[in-house]
Amino acid sequence: MNEARAILVDGAWRNNPALVQLLGLCPLLAITTTLVNGLALGLATTAVLVATNITVSLIRGALVPAARIVTFVLVIASLVTIVDLLSDAFLHDLHQTLGLFIPLIVTNCAILAQAELVASRRTIGIAVLGGLSTGIGFMAVLVTLGAIRELVGQGTLMSGLDQLFGSNAAGFQLDLPFDGILVAALPPGAFFGLAFLIAVKNHFSARNNETKDERIAEPRETSS
Amino acid sequence: MDETEPKILPAVLSVAAIATVAAFLVTGSYELSHERIEANRQERLLQSLHEVLDSSSYDNDLTASRISVVDAELLGTAEPVDVYRATRNGQPVAAIFASVAPRGYNGPIDLLIGISADMTVTSVRVTNHRETPGLGDAIDLGKSSWILGFDGASLSAPELADWSVQADGGEFDSITGATVSPRAVVKSVRDTLIYFERNREALFSNAADLTDE
Repeated sequence: MNEARAILVDGAWRNNPALVQLLGLCPLLAITTTLVNGLALGLATTAVLVATNITVSLIRGALVPAARIVTFVLVIASLVTIVDLLSDAFLHDLHQTLGLFIPLIVTNCAILAQAELVASRRTIGIAVLGGLSTGIGFMAVLVTLGAIRELVGQGTLMSGLDQLFGSNAAGFQLDLPFDGILVAALPPGAFFGLAFLIAVKNHFSARNNETKDERIAEPRETSS
Repeated sequence: MDETEPKILPAVLSVAAIATVAAFLVTGSYELSHERIEANRQERLLQSLHEVLDSSSYDNDLTASRISVVDAELLGTAEPVDVYRATRNGQPVAAIFASVAPRGYNGPIDLLIGISADMTVTSVRVTNHRETPGLGDAIDLGKSSWILGFDGASLSAPELADWSVQADGGEFDSITGATVSPRAVVKSVRDTLIYFERNREALFSNAADLTDE
């Protein structure tokens, strides 16, 4: 149970793929113009991550070490193709928005890293957890960055929610009384926003480490 | 063979086996989804066609009425341009052109231009563009209602000479901060009207055959 928690914390926070490992930035920077786009790509990436980890974990006994990377790429590419086809058929509106970026999930190194470091060595349960935590960590960054850029860039929040959850959800859109600062919606805004998020993450991590160090350091000081 | 050397044959066999399974799975999901994907595309196409032409104004199968025409000068691209022809009781009602405005700020702008048989614009929509977010993208109905300014326009209203944005001395609204994008769209709509005027007879030569009945 403790290991499960450790894996979740590790993927979602301590070793967050987007903020710490800096993997998968190509789709991340390109798609995060709105919260909903970020959420949708996050869901698709998580689905591919978990499916890849399950598949790789299942065939890990039959993996030939020399051919493992080829195998991972093959598995990832097939799964992404399947997600692409199925989402085109059954989530057509969403696919219209994400169409270009679903194939890009193949290039997300976070998935390959998970397959190599976790799924090919661990049991299926751990592999699912690893995929899930990495996916959640990645999605959290996508959603936050999307929200920041949408809010600052066009003064709205949750626009296009109906593409994800049906026409009833359109009412959830928030409109702020300002037009937005254009640069946030443009590619530079993606870099500024990501840099900001990484800085915030580093700030909190640094502070946590400090308090831990102090706790360890305190007894020494009193004893000396 | 040296024991430390990687063995090629097992590696090839395992990759081949996995590739075979993967091919079956991908083929399977293609079979499962391709009809639905095609139906989705048709429906979306019909939806976008109905944006520029009232669905009650015609009675033929619009998606089946498509022909391709080529006119690099007036339709904006050397590629074939799709034209959908709407008829009612075998009589021409309107044509919808998937024209291209070649000189957008960031490349070509894809348009759908509906023109009724009496030579007035029913409506215009932008279907694909890469104009600057916040500036040129106001040509998109999702961003502003600028594009609705074409509804009801024709080559005589406004006069041909006034088919330009106000910034250029014409009749159509300008867009603050963007000159290139609206200029490209206005020119494309005007040229498509000119094309339709010249080719109306040929476009509807088999109008009677288009009816469902």
